[in-house]
Amino acid sequence: MTLRDFINKLLGRQPASATTAKQRLQLVLAHDRSDLNPELLEQMRREILEVVSRYVEIDIEEGDVSLETEDRVTALVANLPIRRTKPLPQQESTPDGDVPGEADPVWTASQA
Amino acid sequence: MPVTTSGSRSILICSGKGGVGKTTLTANLGIALARQGMRTAVLDADFGLRNLDLLLGLENRIVYTAQEVLSGNCRLDQALVKHKLEPNLALLPAGNPRMLEWLKPEDMQTIVGMLRESFDIVLIDCPAGIEDGFKNAAGAAEEAIVITTPEVSAVRDADRVIGLLNTRGIKPIQLVLNRVRPKMMANQEMLAVDDVTDILALPLLGLVLEDEQVIVSTNRGEPLTLNGSGSPAAQAYNNIARRVCGEDVPLIDPAKVRRGLRAKLGRLMQTKIF
Repeated sequence: MTLRDFINKLLGRQPASATTAKQRLQLVLAHDRSDLNPELLEQMRREILEVVSRYVEIDIEEGDVSLETEDRVTALVANLPIRRTKPLPQQESTPDGDVPGEADPVWTASQA
Repeated sequence: MPVTTSGSRSILICSGKGGVGKTTLTANLGIALARQGMRTAVLDADFGLRNLDLLLGLENRIVYTAQEVLSGNCRLDQALVKHKLEPNLALLPAGNPRMLEWLKPEDMQTIVGMLRESFDIVLIDCPAGIEDGFKNAAGAAEEAIVITTPEVSAVRDADRVIGLLNTRGIKPIQLVLNRVRPKMMANQEMLAVDDVTDILALPLLGLVLEDEQVIVSTNRGEPLTLNGSGSPAAQAYNNIARRVCGEDVPLIDPAKVRRGLRAKLGRLMQTKIF
């Protein structure tokens, strides 16, 4: 963030258009480069959430699976806030407890 | 793979998007390289919409084109149009648009291979788009210069082209950022130079400031680098030519082009705070 962006934010103004342009480009290029269509990405997102929620209780609303790109490498980034861990079926059940600090594990898979 | 002729280089000039300055760069860089003593050939690979002849002011001197050379109806030296004021530069004009129906990447490689036998540098002016015209031209090049402007559509299209060039193993691929407006950049109403280089992940070969003289020079068919013009774009093209030849020439800093208090304030506002 530049000083101008910061001042704009303080004054409740829109960010400078160059900042918007960069953000829009990064998003569109992540999709262009991976060549994944939105339906496929959505399906993948649902399945990932499904798998993860088998083990831990996650905040579906806050959960976010997206494509990011840096240095011409596209990464699938999942940011899934954990509400609480679920007792595993094989283990002795322990009373549910809130995960301290609400960790945000980031799961990354890189694609050249 | 293109035929390697020792010491001779073939450089593709491409952008993806049309109208960002490919042909203007080819014409100006061609003249600038020739003035530095390099035997330079510029090849118009845009058979559909050829314009390189017009920007070089050679449109009235075309007799044969790449088409007659390929079909064996004339020799290469008969088709080449030498620039009168800069004899180190020759243009091989694009053939008829109907050539697109039968032209193959091998044909392009043949032409470029022939040019490389008698020239130090062959600049290939690539057509816009990523279809056959692009593929034919790219197949004949070993290196590439991607030109773009600081606009979202141009950068996106450049990214597509870079992806395709990478797949073909073309390198080095270098970037020219065209139509830079320092004032808009200072106000952060135009993508910054670093934004574009970060996104495209290419080394910067040159920055060309927006310059009205470019239009004046195309009107006349006299590239800016031809008459020793000191205009900002002419300097930029000359610097690009020197860098192509391996000279280490510092890039201009768009923020330092402007002087005074407003410019200082603009620079302060661009400070990255986190």
